[in-house]
Amino acid sequence: MGLQIIPYNTKFDIVGKKNIIFSILIAVAVLCLGSIFIQGFNYGIDFKGGLLLEIRTHESITDIAKLRADLSSVVMGEVTLQEFGSPNDILIRVERQPGGDEEQLTALAKIKDKLGTSVDYRRVETVGPKVSADLIRNGIYAVLWALVAMLAYIWFRFEWQFGVCSFITLAHDSLIVLGLFALFQLEFNETTIIAVLITVTYSINDTVVIYDRIRENLRKFKKLPLGELINLSINETLSRTILTSTTTLLSLLGLYFFGGPVIAAFSLPIIVGITAGTISSITVSAPLLLHTGLRAEKRSED
Amino acid sequence: MIHIPLWKTILVIGVCLLGIIFVSPNFFTKKQLESFPGWFPKNTLVLGLDLQGGAHLLLEVDFEAALQEQMNTLSDAIRTTLRKERIGYTGLSAKKDFVTLILRDPADVKKATDLITQTDQTLQIASTPDGQLTFTLNEATIRERRKSALAQSIEIIRRRVDETGTAEPFIQQQGDDRILVQLPGLQDPTRIKSLLGQTAKLQFRFVDTSVAADPTKPTPGNDVLAEEHNGQINYYAVKKQVIVSGESLVDAQPSFDEYNRPIVSFKFDSLGGKKFGDATKNNVGKLFAIILDDKVISAPRINSPILGGTGQISGSFTVQEAQDLALLMRAGALPAPLKVLEERTVGPGLGADSILAGERATIIAILLVMAFMFIAYSFFGAIANIAVIFNLILLFAALSVAQATLTLPGIAGIALTIGMAVDANVLINERIKEELRLGRKMLSAIDAGYNRAMTTIIDSNLTTLIGVGLLYHFGTGPTRGFAVTTAIGIIVSMFTAITLTKQIIAWWLRLTRSTHLPL
Repeated sequence: MGLQIIPYNTKFDIVGKKNIIFSILIAVAVLCLGSIFIQGFNYGIDFKGGLLLEIRTHESITDIAKLRADLSSVVMGEVTLQEFGSPNDILIRVERQPGGDEEQLTALAKIKDKLGTSVDYRRVETVGPKVSADLIRNGIYAVLWALVAMLAYIWFRFEWQFGVCSFITLAHDSLIVLGLFALFQLEFNETTIIAVLITVTYSINDTVVIYDRIRENLRKFKKLPLGELINLSINETLSRTILTSTTTLLSLLGLYFFGGPVIAAFSLPIIVGITAGTISSITVSAPLLLHTGLRAEKRSED
Repeated sequence: MIHIPLWKTILVIGVCLLGIIFVSPNFFTKKQLESFPGWFPKNTLVLGLDLQGGAHLLLEVDFEAALQEQMNTLSDAIRTTLRKERIGYTGLSAKKDFVTLILRDPADVKKATDLITQTDQTLQIASTPDGQLTFTLNEATIRERRKSALAQSIEIIRRRVDETGTAEPFIQQQGDDRILVQLPGLQDPTRIKSLLGQTAKLQFRFVDTSVAADPTKPTPGNDVLAEEHNGQINYYAVKKQVIVSGESLVDAQPSFDEYNRPIVSFKFDSLGGKKFGDATKNNVGKLFAIILDDKVISAPRINSPILGGTGQISGSFTVQEAQDLALLMRAGALPAPLKVLEERTVGPGLGADSILAGERATIIAILLVMAFMFIAYSFFGAIANIAVIFNLILLFAALSVAQATLTLPGIAGIALTIGMAVDANVLINERIKEELRLGRKMLSAIDAGYNRAMTTIIDSNLTTLIGVGLLYHFGTGPTRGFAVTTAIGIIVSMFTAITLTKQIIAWWLRLTRSTHLPL
């Protein structure tokens, strides 16, 4: 016998507490939005352009400040050095050089000159202004289209009310992930867009399962008040929602702790996003339906 | 008893066996694979540059420069035509995308337009009453030229890269004006960049010794071009008329002259050889210039007619320079200059580390998920875990067969897929439990569980595929790797998590005739 991890006959009154829940979530959303507008994003090389080198030295670098000064003397703008995993591994970031794509490559040559041949270049990236502008545009398109496509799909499979409520939920989830990046000034790269999209796809998954149950119960219990029906549906699917989020989070935690620095940076926002997505699917997407006049319309159709 | 038609059972077994066969090449070395019989699949996983190491260059074709070049040529052609017909004009100049001039006598407009149209019928000509003419290329021509310039650029890049002996380069068009060049295993792309950074337009032209070669004041009909030797710069006034150009070359090879200095020897095709022979025959004693991308490589004196269609260039090269020049001459000229927009290199050390970390993280992720499923559903969890293993086998088999590229985010995609793949089993199992609680008999509970969970599974997987599809559409290399593994993983999970698990349960019931569900 398997363990009943989540009891099956839960009776959480999510709908009854929706005003408190909505207030908290709106406050978080406002915080995220404020942080995005006030602090802004810490754009990484993909979006800002510039240079990035990951080097490994044969002996640990003791004088980071000197290395930074050496490198700063040959290029324009800010140079940041960061230990990356071990004292022998250093990540060098150089701000985008003024000028066009050519200038970036010239700066790279100068830096390599300065570092010499004794270091091992593990990774070298230069991104010019043109590419980074394209990436930003494509990233925004991808997220917007994902939201619209899902709105359309849910509308098509359910009713328009479901589509609108899922859209609001997804927008909220995306905002939380973006807010995480702004609040903690995490490096905002192309993988951030992936994280937002995964969050959106995962959250819609949970939402669809709950909506599916609401649709089923709407046919089954014609007389039950909508609020109670939504509560019932949430509770009936609660075990599944939590279990699948747990399995996905377990695999993400595996990636976060054992996948090395690059994969870890990629998994963190997804972990936050999926957690936010699961919570909002349960507490936002379904209770929101109450405000759309779902049942009233149904009844007049019957 | 759960009834599953025989064809379905055969299909399930068949798919699983095929998966095992197609994933198996990954467990052998290349040498072992070669010794296997021909029917055995040989395709193994393709690793992205971020995993196997190598250089990635994103190039942009500079059409503006190519258009400007065409405008210069056009303005030269117009000058020649008008001079020949003695039509007076002033202010002839080639702009970014048009050529303009003012006729001295506005009455000549008709005559001039007719003459110039004869040389190029696609030209668009606008005129004003005071005799100003403006020549532009029409939209269709420009679009056509851009398209062919891009295709030709890819071809020339491929030839140049192949000539350097780089293993398995990947060259692909990106968007309207970009070309992606991936060079697996290459550590330092400096040489490739310098090879691709040259248009390599080769020309043989006469030197005009009758005028002074002053770079600030070129005389009409001449260009003043520089020759650089050990930091010393000489200028030559070179006639605009081209004797023979690089297109007439059939071969070029690096070699050494009698003093053991590196040279490049070349061979023209028959027409080019004849043109060159005639020109040198009539101009013995004069200088001609060998010009690469508007720089004089060498300007030898014609001592005797060069008739065999072969010749050599000696320009105080290093061995490497002679090799590269010969390579560029063989591969041909680019139709437009290329700019490097983005350059990324990953060393083999980092790639190997990433594979190791990715493998370890994925295995741990899978074990965590499997342990959790077993705790939550015991026997049914174990069945779901078998489905997870086959999901992985089929996923890797599909990636190997399709030769899709596995990237670092792709590895994350695999781990994530595993987490999401058991979703279907959770949905089914939860539903079966629920039906049992409602008092259904075991078999009908299983049936209802699978049937009712089906719509939910399809809805949730389709929405996920929509998101992944958009990711593929808008993403670049590594992101696409993620989208591909996730999409394949989801599609495969529909088979393993539903069809395969139901089959296993049917077998189990037939075997044990159990009336009680260990759920």
